[in-house]
Amino acid sequence: MSKEVAVLGVGMHPWGKWGRNFVEYGVHAARAALADAGLDWSDVQFVAGGDTVRNGYPGYVAGATFAQALGWSGAQVASTYGACATGAQAIDVARARILAGLCDVALVVGADTTPKGFFAPTGGERQQDPDWLRFRLLGATNPVYFGLYARRRMALHGATLEDFARVKVKNARHGLANPNARYRKEVTIEEVMASPVVSDPLRLLDICATSDGGAAIVLASMAFARRHTTRPVRIAGVSTVTPRYPNTVIEMPNFATDSAAGAPPPDVPFRDSIARGAYEQAGVGPEDLDLAEVYDLSTALELDWYENIGLCKPGEAEGLLRDGATALGGRIPVNPSGGLACFGEAVPAQAIAQVCELTWQLRGQAAGRQVEGARVGLAVNQGLFGHGSSLVLKA
Amino acid sequence: MPAAHPSRAESAPVSGAGAKPRKPAVAGWFTGDEGAPALLGSRCTACGSYAFPKETYACRNPRCGSSALEETPLSRRGRLWSYTDNRYPPPPPYVAGDPFEPYAIAAVELEREQLVVLGQVVRGVGVDQLQVGMEMELVLEPLYEDDEAQYLVWKWRPLAGAPAGRTRGDGTRGGAA
Repeated sequence: MSKEVAVLGVGMHPWGKWGRNFVEYGVHAARAALADAGLDWSDVQFVAGGDTVRNGYPGYVAGATFAQALGWSGAQVASTYGACATGAQAIDVARARILAGLCDVALVVGADTTPKGFFAPTGGERQQDPDWLRFRLLGATNPVYFGLYARRRMALHGATLEDFARVKVKNARHGLANPNARYRKEVTIEEVMASPVVSDPLRLLDICATSDGGAAIVLASMAFARRHTTRPVRIAGVSTVTPRYPNTVIEMPNFATDSAAGAPPPDVPFRDSIARGAYEQAGVGPEDLDLAEVYDLSTALELDWYENIGLCKPGEAEGLLRDGATALGGRIPVNPSGGLACFGEAVPAQAIAQVCELTWQLRGQAAGRQVEGARVGLAVNQGLFGHGSSLVLKA
Repeated sequence: MPAAHPSRAESAPVSGAGAKPRKPAVAGWFTGDEGAPALLGSRCTACGSYAFPKETYACRNPRCGSSALEETPLSRRGRLWSYTDNRYPPPPPYVAGDPFEPYAIAAVELEREQLVVLGQVVRGVGVDQLQVGMEMELVLEPLYEDDEAQYLVWKWRPLAGAPAGRTRGDGTRGGAA
């Protein structure tokens, strides 16, 4: 059990389209997490910031940006970026410092302010940058990749537009009581299917929005935690794996997959390997889970995740959904927070927000969306350019 | 930088007197032969792995790592792995026409290279005419134009008369996603 760290406090700034400086959201979340932990900012020995690439230089040095805004305290600092996996990397850096005995208390913060509409690459003429080139030559927005996965799922497993809509209906219901969710409104299957097509087969309500938001957690060594509380929620595994060559699934922002002509594909495909890394560290498997928070960039992608994290075999996700197994009250609720369907995406905060939700669930504090008796939870996420992100938390 | 006011090419390609010169929208990614164009990738002569866009420094197979890479044209035909479309104009640096004309995007699996490569689908072919598993062929088409030139890019089109192929359901090449 020596590889575990305690989650002493969690906090968020509500997701929305607030249009303010991302630093505000981060500081708000950090203060909430410190208050939740019963600690003072001056107790924090190490700050890990999750970077944002949409807010200029302060976003590239997020750790120091948040530290300055909280008031310089001399804490050591790191800033990390891994696209949507940014938060998991920041958590992993903090965890490693704690487990190495270099500090007892660490603060992890991520926040973002996003523009309206499609995410776009940073400006300029950058012929060497695949993220720029995919927009220039293909117009391949993020929903284009989501659309490709969704259509593939329909062709391979017989998923239907109703199945995709059912994911949205479920998550919208989950998020109704979540005070940090941006969208708190029930939708019907018909409303989802009647919303405008963005990238066929995906409709507007199948695709997550881009949001402003912030999330923070206070991590501590188990020894420190025992002096402050009786039964802290623990992080038992953090997976930040990269793919193994050849990665045979097309991945943002690439133009092509790797080639399997010179080397066989790995036994475990990339997306399956992400949660597996966290399971192995935590000594648990999918059968031990009470809930999961998965990265529903699209409704169809949530179904892929059911299989990738081992809740069912390939092709069985639609059945799991239709049976209600992944709804609150079901065998294995997925996205009780409401997921990205209710939050939208605030990139560097997202993996940290997943940990906030798991912590509230494992403490029994998720009012209105509580998974009764939850003891083990999984968060999984993926960042473009080949970033895995998964954590296992235990009560 | 392209000229000040690039716009999406709105008409079928024309040639002859008065036509703008045609240039590749990106240098070195495909052959200029408009009759039988091909993407230009790389092949590792040590392990046989391909890459697109071409790798020039070292093979990305970690059990190889050779620098014996050769530029090679990729297969001009493949099977449709999946497809989607853009109903709304992508943000810059995409050069979207006004009014915007939706277009399809294809992911095509090349058998010899054992990789999947993206491309726009030719104008006039929408998602209703596509089916996973069908055979596709590479062509060149204008992507956008400015005052000086028309800029070409590779696109996929269904092979004329090709019956839709079978979807691979074994999950070994890509699986569900």
